[in-house]
Amino acid sequence: MISRSGPKLKRAAALPKARKQTVLNTFRRDYQLWIMIFPAVVVIFIFNYIPMYGIQLAFRDYSFTKGLTGGEWRGLFYFRQFFENYMFVDLMKNTVVISVATIVLSFPAPIILALLINQVRLKRAKKTLQTTVYLPHFISTVVMVGLLSVLLSPNSGIIGHLLQWLGLGDVNLLGSTKTFVPVYVLSEIWQHGGWNSIIYLAALSTVDPQLYDSAKMDGASRWQTIRYVDIPALVPTIIILFVLSMGSVLGTGFEKVFLMQNPLNLPVSEVIATYVYKIGIISSQFSYSAAIGLFNTVINFIFLFVMNMIAKRCSDISLW
Amino acid sequence: MILTHRNRRSAGDVLFQVMVTALCVLIFLIVAYPLYFVVIASVSDQSLVSTGQVTLYPKHISFFGYQEIFKDARIWTGYKNTIIYTVLGTAVNLLFTLPAAYVLSRKEFRARRFIMFAFVVTLFFNGGLIPTYLLMKQLHLTNSMWVFIIPFSVNVYNLIIARSFFEHSIPKELHEAASMDGCSHFTFFVKIALPLSKAVVSVIALYYLVAHWNDFFTGLIYIQSNSLQPLQIVLRDILLSNQVFSSGAGSGGAAGGYAQQYADQVKYAVIIVSTLPILIVYPFIQKYFEKGVMIGSVKG
Repeated sequence: MISRSGPKLKRAAALPKARKQTVLNTFRRDYQLWIMIFPAVVVIFIFNYIPMYGIQLAFRDYSFTKGLTGGEWRGLFYFRQFFENYMFVDLMKNTVVISVATIVLSFPAPIILALLINQVRLKRAKKTLQTTVYLPHFISTVVMVGLLSVLLSPNSGIIGHLLQWLGLGDVNLLGSTKTFVPVYVLSEIWQHGGWNSIIYLAALSTVDPQLYDSAKMDGASRWQTIRYVDIPALVPTIIILFVLSMGSVLGTGFEKVFLMQNPLNLPVSEVIATYVYKIGIISSQFSYSAAIGLFNTVINFIFLFVMNMIAKRCSDISLW
Repeated sequence: MILTHRNRRSAGDVLFQVMVTALCVLIFLIVAYPLYFVVIASVSDQSLVSTGQVTLYPKHISFFGYQEIFKDARIWTGYKNTIIYTVLGTAVNLLFTLPAAYVLSRKEFRARRFIMFAFVVTLFFNGGLIPTYLLMKQLHLTNSMWVFIIPFSVNVYNLIIARSFFEHSIPKELHEAASMDGCSHFTFFVKIALPLSKAVVSVIALYYLVAHWNDFFTGLIYIQSNSLQPLQIVLRDILLSNQVFSSGAGSGGAAGGYAQQYADQVKYAVIIVSTLPILIVYPFIQKYFEKGVMIGSVKG
């Protein structure tokens, strides 16, 4: 309140005419703010909102002469073409399997890691562990997949050797339809599990120390302290992050799947995003691939929306 | 009675502590060992590496991989391009994001709620790859270095982090006092708000910097010319498409063990050389991570 009335009073004293906060007056007062936000607004408008307007391409033919929105209206033609495509079922299945496996398996990892790190008493050990587990997050996807290819190679990689030594045989982990998803998910956890634990650690650091004291007084073991103090403290964060991750049920990251693809694992590794790239950018079937992309976005949004509603109903915690 | 009870409990806690320690050591090894292995493998004799004899320390030190890289013009072009894109890109990112974040943190700014809403929508909904690609083509941004710098220069997540920081960490009284003295928004932002926000500026700068350095997608979609390709595209060719030597000598696994071995050494070395810059920056900014993520998680 104070901050509002302060400048206003001063204004009023200086310019008695400008007492009414008309649009023009506030604009004159805040013109510097408008200048400061101008570049961001322009960039977001051009590169985020104009493509949204361009979504109508999914319902039109693409015309090389008349541009994005000049082609003939085709209605749901391109959507039907996608649903009737023999690839449709496989694409949907692969996309859902990879993303659901990623969400389900990689979601608990950072929570457990945060609870564990939080239990480390030695300051230095804790710091070292944190520094190490955050590090892989900064490796690029290309290097990450390159790392997998050299380490997992059945005849020259160290993990390939380890598997042979364990008697698991000569498996080409990157070139098999059976191992593609496990390798994808485990490497996701390896790379991002540590980084994702930061947000939970931050939530744990806000727990009132008195709670720990009273838990101790009540004779709680350390395990019980985790169960009854730490985990409840994480629940709001867990729900929010879970809802957010639901928004990407069909949003498997393009890069890693694309980079891990090879002819051997293609039956399980062709997902919607890589298909859109191949059909759209490589083969220039713009309308068809725009339709597939839009279908994907809509499904994601519905998932997010429904999950958010459920979370709101059940726990009063929601994104909006 | 009480005493035995307490003893039993502490025995349980000791067991607990042992388990925590063991798990932590295990996790540390799982994460650290592959990274360490790449380092020692890059300087060891490849015939020993590929037969699994290099495990704990380098053997028969050889810098063959590094020598090959230094001779490879593609890597240098990629390196040079990526440095330009990263430096220029990060500068533009900060120049566009921070002032906008400051404006959106000002309660008196009329359009605040509307603009914020318009920005947040883009997190959940976008035009998709194809309309974006066609737009870039129309704007003549494809096959141009500017596609790395201008189009997605404002990341809404980073903007929200900065905005929350400005909102919660710059005392309101400060702006009042400054504006009483006739300080404009420009001066206040540059002379007071920014110097007080070093933590958040470093975190966001790091996020942007890493995103530019690791950007593979932009090069793949929008760039055709080899002279404009960023490092990550060159890396893909070397690491995954097996075009190890520019002459093409190491290509194809079927060509025989000899070439493949040396190809592997180049790969280990290339992983180190391409990731080094980030590893150098990492320790300096690391102390701000928790803060950055915590600010970002403040809702709204």
